[in-house]
Amino acid sequence: MNKIWLIIRREYITRVRKKSFIVTTLLIPIMMFGLFSLFVYMAIKSEQKQTIVINDESGVFINKLDTVQKSYTLVYDHLRSGEENKGILERNKADIYLHIYPFADNKPDSIHLFKEGGVSLSAKSFINDQLDNIFQAKQLQDAGIDKMQIDSIQNSVIQIKSFDLKDNKETNSEIASSIGYAMGFLIYLVIFIYGAGVMRGVMEEKTNRIAEVIISSVKPFQLMMGKIIGIALVGLTQFMMWIMLMLLLQLLLPLFIPGLTEVLHSGVNVPADMQNSMSGLSNPENMGVIKAFMNQNWGLIFASFLFYFLGGYFLYASMFAAVGSLVNEDPQEAQQLTIPVTMPIILGFMIMATSVKDPNSSLSVFGSLFPLTSPIVMLARIPYGVPAWQLILSMVLLVAGFIFMTWLSAKIYRTGILLYGKKPTWKEVFKWIRYS
Amino acid sequence: MLQLQNLKKYYANQKAVDDVSLHIKKGTIYGILGPNGAGKSSLLRMVTGITIPDEGQILFDGASFDANQHSRYIGYMPEERGLYKKMKIGEQTLYLAQLKGMKKIEAMQKINYWFQKMDMHSWWNKKVEDLSKGMSQKLQFVTTVLHEPKLLILDEPFSGLDPVNSEIIKQEIYNLAKAGTTILFSTHRMEQVEEICEEIALINQGKVILQGNVTDIRNQFKHNQYRLIIDRALQGYDNGLISQHNFEYIFQFADQAASKALLNHCLQQNYHIQTFQEILPALSEIFIQQVEGSTASRQFTK
Repeated sequence: MNKIWLIIRREYITRVRKKSFIVTTLLIPIMMFGLFSLFVYMAIKSEQKQTIVINDESGVFINKLDTVQKSYTLVYDHLRSGEENKGILERNKADIYLHIYPFADNKPDSIHLFKEGGVSLSAKSFINDQLDNIFQAKQLQDAGIDKMQIDSIQNSVIQIKSFDLKDNKETNSEIASSIGYAMGFLIYLVIFIYGAGVMRGVMEEKTNRIAEVIISSVKPFQLMMGKIIGIALVGLTQFMMWIMLMLLLQLLLPLFIPGLTEVLHSGVNVPADMQNSMSGLSNPENMGVIKAFMNQNWGLIFASFLFYFLGGYFLYASMFAAVGSLVNEDPQEAQQLTIPVTMPIILGFMIMATSVKDPNSSLSVFGSLFPLTSPIVMLARIPYGVPAWQLILSMVLLVAGFIFMTWLSAKIYRTGILLYGKKPTWKEVFKWIRYS
Repeated sequence: MLQLQNLKKYYANQKAVDDVSLHIKKGTIYGILGPNGAGKSSLLRMVTGITIPDEGQILFDGASFDANQHSRYIGYMPEERGLYKKMKIGEQTLYLAQLKGMKKIEAMQKINYWFQKMDMHSWWNKKVEDLSKGMSQKLQFVTTVLHEPKLLILDEPFSGLDPVNSEIIKQEIYNLAKAGTTILFSTHRMEQVEEICEEIALINQGKVILQGNVTDIRNQFKHNQYRLIIDRALQGYDNGLISQHNFEYIFQFADQAASKALLNHCLQQNYHIQTFQEILPALSEIFIQQVEGSTASRQFTK
């Protein structure tokens, strides 16, 4: 036990002291924070205004385009005789030129947009929506239907609130599926990143030929488990650091974007469109989303995340260790040999993608019980609520699977780590399992 | 100290170690000799507890060998040397010593002692990847003996060593043996064995062909040949003479009485005798003679 502790400590300390660990631990939250603040900043500071000059030869759209959109200034004008497209833009100091040709048979014929360097997607869709609306209104009017009436009919949307029978809490399947997806994806990522870390560590010991020296002092199983546990602790440390840094940075957010607190608290001096999007929070539909978000059983989600994170990691880490022990110097060999290990992870990810939509299908239930896929799939189901017996069975199976896999991998590992030279075939590997 | 009884280790398609029994006494330097692929490393790995024999028994200090209990008393330097390349030398040496069960304070004392002795003190904060090949082998040797093993197992300890380091390591092996350490090492270079080993075992294709005291073995295979070097041409004696070069003569006699007769003749004729010695066969000769005709012997003579 004492020796395993020494190995865990070495694996942990050498990794935590590495520059790459320090850099990723600090950089990832800063990058995510940076991206987040960039979004907030973009939302607050409205886009640079563009002027659109409209030459409407059909007469249908003149003075009808919506000017509420702050991003665009609209000017109506006509081409002067002999004037080029460029001319009309320069005369109006405009960025975009919209040319609507006369209608043919009461239907739009050609509509063209011109801009130096091409028209951006947002400008195009803005204009497209506007023209669609105006043309639709005109058609309704021509048919003798009142546009206002249509609008009020269209706005009377039916809202369904869903409740969980168990506790009468309001549920929201969009929220549940996005939480499930995020959790499942995180586990998937963690298994890959840290599992591959275990494999590289084993390969390093084998190719450096240090494994034989160490195995003359400790059992191969101790060396393997020491490495796996050490790297798990590195992973947990990194997670904790990320969470702490994110919380810290979040507190600093108002310092970077001075307008933010005002936006959040008063709403004074805020651009109109920003106010619109912010006031959305108080509208009852959005309140429902937030309530559903808060109503999630976060305690259960975090506890099961931790359990499946560790369970999934340990299950796969021992398999990655076994694969690492089979590899000689050639990194291409490693790629080939990892295929049997990575396949079930990817399978789990695929089942998870369907489970977030249909959490109680038989495939989802199977995926959330089968130990090789359950760490990823179960997390996608938990936000929807999972029967207790399934959760317990899944956890028991995962622990059993982890013990079985570690036992199996240890057999491969202890032969593989001492075998130099040629790459063993899978047939030989099965022999080691059978006879050792 | 160490007894191997009918050890067998089979791999998928070959008998790596086939019924080997050896008795190694405390404080001896014991050489395991054999060509590449003879099974030397497989044998040593079983003694270190890295692999388990398929059949047979290992007795360590009279008790049945148990890797958990006895690995503390064994130092093992594998043929394929290896250390963590990116780890600092001082920390690495300490780590390996602690894995052997040493306390930190005790280990630090030993490290200081050996680093001083081997002129390695400035290396503490260096990494193994910064060392030359010779330096890292010296370090490897130190990490192997640091915990004062009772049994030191060295697999091809001199391969890849330059003459200077080779001499240093050889000296340390002598010193350790004098202090009571039992040393078991393998090599495929016979001349080293004759130089430092007291006892040997010759192994070919997993089997022990010969074992025992080096001098005894050479005596056992001697051909009663003698070399005589004198100051002028030998006259009046050609009984048993097989070759002659200037004033150096080689004789082969049926028994020791004949050699005395030759010596008497020389003394009576008042020759000045520079050398008179019995020629003992080199171990390599004996080995080749023993495995004559097998594939291993051909490989060996190269």
